Amino acid sequence: MSTYPIRVTVNGVEHRAEVEARLLLVHFIREDLGLTGTHIGCDTTHCGACAILLDGQPVKSCTIFTVQADGKQIGTVEGLEQGGQLHPVQEGFWQEHGLQCGFCTPGMMMASVALLERNPDPSERDIRRAISGNLCRCTGYVNIVKAVQYAAEKMQAGTPGGLGASPPENRVPAGQGG
Amino acid sequence: MTAPSDIQGMGHSVRRKEDARFIRGKGNYVDDVKLPGMLYLDIVRSPYAHARITNIDIAPALAVPGVLAVITGKDLDAAGLAWMPTLMSDRQMVLPVDTVMYQSQEVAAVVADSRYAAADGVTEVGVSYDPLPPVLDPFKALQPDAPVLRPDREDKSNRIWHWEAGSRESTDRAFREADVVVEQDIYIPRIHVASIETCGCVASMDSVSGRLTVWMTTQAPHAIRTVFCLVSGIPEHKIRVISPDIGGGFGGKVPVYPGYVIAVVAALKTGRPVKWIEDRSENLQADSFARDYHIHAELAANRDGKMKALRTKVVADHGAFDAAANPSKFPAGLFSIATGSYDLQAAHVEVDGVYTNKPPGGIAYRCSFRVTEAVHTIERMVDVLASEIGMDPAQLRFANFIPPEAFPYKCATGWEYDSGNYPGALRKAMDKIGYADLRREQAEKRARGELMGIGISTFTEIVGAGPSDTFDILGIKMFDSAEIRVHPTGSAIVRIGVQTQGQGHETTFAQIVAEELGLPVDNITVEHGDTDTAPYGLGTYASRSTPTAGAATALAARKIRDKGQALAAHLLEVSEDDIEWADYKFRVRGAPDKSKTMADIAFAAYTNHPKGMEAGLEAVCYYDPPNLTFPFGAYICVVDIDRGTGEVKIRRFLAVDDCGTIINPMIVEGQIHGGLTMGMAPALFEEISYDEDGNIRGGSFMDYLMPTAMETPVWETDKTVTPSPHHPFGAKGVGESATVGAPPAIVNAVVDALAHVGVRHLDIPMTPSKVYAVLEAHGLAE
Repeated sequence: MSTYPIRVTVNGVEHRAEVEARLLLVHFIREDLGLTGTHIGCDTTHCGACAILLDGQPVKSCTIFTVQADGKQIGTVEGLEQGGQLHPVQEGFWQEHGLQCGFCTPGMMMASVALLERNPDPSERDIRRAISGNLCRCTGYVNIVKAVQYAAEKMQAGTPGGLGASPPENRVPAGQGG
Repeated sequence: MTAPSDIQGMGHSVRRKEDARFIRGKGNYVDDVKLPGMLYLDIVRSPYAHARITNIDIAPALAVPGVLAVITGKDLDAAGLAWMPTLMSDRQMVLPVDTVMYQSQEVAAVVADSRYAAADGVTEVGVSYDPLPPVLDPFKALQPDAPVLRPDREDKSNRIWHWEAGSRESTDRAFREADVVVEQDIYIPRIHVASIETCGCVASMDSVSGRLTVWMTTQAPHAIRTVFCLVSGIPEHKIRVISPDIGGGFGGKVPVYPGYVIAVVAALKTGRPVKWIEDRSENLQADSFARDYHIHAELAANRDGKMKALRTKVVADHGAFDAAANPSKFPAGLFSIATGSYDLQAAHVEVDGVYTNKPPGGIAYRCSFRVTEAVHTIERMVDVLASEIGMDPAQLRFANFIPPEAFPYKCATGWEYDSGNYPGALRKAMDKIGYADLRREQAEKRARGELMGIGISTFTEIVGAGPSDTFDILGIKMFDSAEIRVHPTGSAIVRIGVQTQGQGHETTFAQIVAEELGLPVDNITVEHGDTDTAPYGLGTYASRSTPTAGAATALAARKIRDKGQALAAHLLEVSEDDIEWADYKFRVRGAPDKSKTMADIAFAAYTNHPKGMEAGLEAVCYYDPPNLTFPFGAYICVVDIDRGTGEVKIRRFLAVDDCGTIINPMIVEGQIHGGLTMGMAPALFEEISYDEDGNIRGGSFMDYLMPTAMETPVWETDKTVTPSPHHPFGAKGVGESATVGAPPAIVNAVVDALAHVGVRHLDIPMTPSKVYAVLEAHGLAE
């Protein structure tokens, strides 16, 4: 099978490779680059576990070929944390219990990052619409919405703080919310 | 120095330890495992629901570049591996020798040096079939002239088993004496758990040591190891099963699927590691299914609403192989909990398990062994009765609840409920949601022609299997286990026999130990899922982790405390009787300023233990629960129905849950959110059905409608706390309560919205088209 040369920048690092025309981008990311944070959950472009950023746009990497990404910038979950500082979206998912099994989480976070890039002050409905292409079987979405709201507030305040050593004030207070 | 605020034991919403890796994309799921020289396995599947295989031509597949082997049923048969035992004492084809039993059944397997080559090979395997008529309706399967689907069995019948509980005689008597009898047919359709991670494994045989290691998506790694040993003849110490991070289980990762076994065979055959990961469509079409219960229920009562007895007859479609995962003595699971939260003098339930040409059914969908079916039955029947006698469904429930002072309560089918306060939970829910106001609003809307409904579900679960005199799987008793080792500097490792799939065990089990030992939660590591290191346990499903392994963890910690007491006496130079454990410290009675922390004790256990005492500080507990636990709740759902489209909108849903003592409120609430969503899903959207040829409808996410954030409402939650009296710290389990309790609340709400035109029941899923048809039939459609 013939191969094609490609050049992509993934999380700021340039990669060159010879790939088969049919190689899906998600397989290139996971298997050739070893970035296994991007997951595969379906075969019909419904679940969004494979969502990444392609030139800043959220796309499902199971549904584009690697050759289509030639010359483009790719962002995956592994690139969210910068210099030991979690991205506010990561912090929000952790703080608001926005994940359980963790399998949909990377795609869910990438969709959320893309939303906040284009809409820093989303309504609840904006958030729900933005993640409607991402399926979660564990959380019932309530805490995912809260996680994105948490991140929006943090980003608007301009203080994307790290979680680090988990000081007591960072903990969710005891008692059940509603 | 440890401050009490660092301990973060029971009742604290500690942020989850496991999330540190998940939010960074550093989880380690099965498909992330990559070994040198690893091969890939892909599976050829049947397009027919029932057919004879006349020929399999593997030559074209072997000619595909990269393909190394093709495995067929005949190859497996030669090795005695064409069939495998199921957890229900039935047997299941690994690969068929001559007959396929359902669409998408595994027919052959291709092993290749890449994922893509394996998929290419699959398209080149030439299988010739001679189609046979499929039997899809379980009632037809039970007719005398139905073809026998499983001629391999001694019993030439499509009835797999017949099971009963309760007393037929006393139930019949209660029905004869009753003023009112209501009856209803209820169908709970076939559904699929569809965890976002599909199933798969990596099998690797070390040719030098003869050790087989299998990384697999399993909720019960130890049980799997024992099954693999018994099936393959490989000694159990030479098998290691590792369940790494699991992307959701919900019951779908309890069974042993043919793909796992074929991957092991392929690894043995090729001498190289083999990975098998199913596609979503394969997962939805061929992995085990839940529900598929055809229920006929009758409820007897007095005219004043006092309920007397329940009678149910069920036909359960288990597909072609009985590959459910119920405890051995309970082929119909715990369906006999169908008496629910109500004080009934008699009950009789009977269930027939039936073979059809469908994939195996009868596994859980986030529920403890058919409890959802039981709860759906009784909660629907209470509303049917309320409608018949013209009584408010809340009032009817209050009139029939098992009173709080009656616990422990033995129900008519024999279970002993541990504790409960059903009226307390319902009253709290009604007050919080404003039930009386909602009824007023409904009356006003009805007068204006608008369709609004209010539905109640006051369910009881039965979880935490289970006591060893009654509960086993393949003869292995359903105890569970924990090992704790405290290190010299006051940190600890905990290993447990259960296996998280997102429930947060790495955090909650650390909190149990933090509470019991007074060590900071941050200093406690929890490990599980590796049969080489974790103690033997039966795994995580049926909300059993906290009731069983959680109890084992607390009791193991208390053994450590017992030894700590002796060490404290030695260090403080007093007698052991003078030491008390209080405020997370060993203190001298009457002199609380003289004390030692667990960290002091741990250091002494390795550096200064008294003569005659063993060094070290560790303990093991295998916990055999004395009874099951009975979480409960009161749910109220408010729906609006669009008369133009038939769409059901959940406007409000309040869940008041009682799971006994709570370890981590944040995690409990998260479990309830997720459970409610998985309760709403089959109530409104999800269904797996088949056409007359046995073709699956709903075999991909194109057609199987899992709820997104757009369909899911904002869930409201609250709680009451009624500890289990027999559990070491009073916990009951919570992972499945909401999935069990939510569907009847939603159905009851929709039926309530249509009650004024005489609608008394709707089967799920209540899709817009189904509801619109009802609106049309009653002149309500716009």
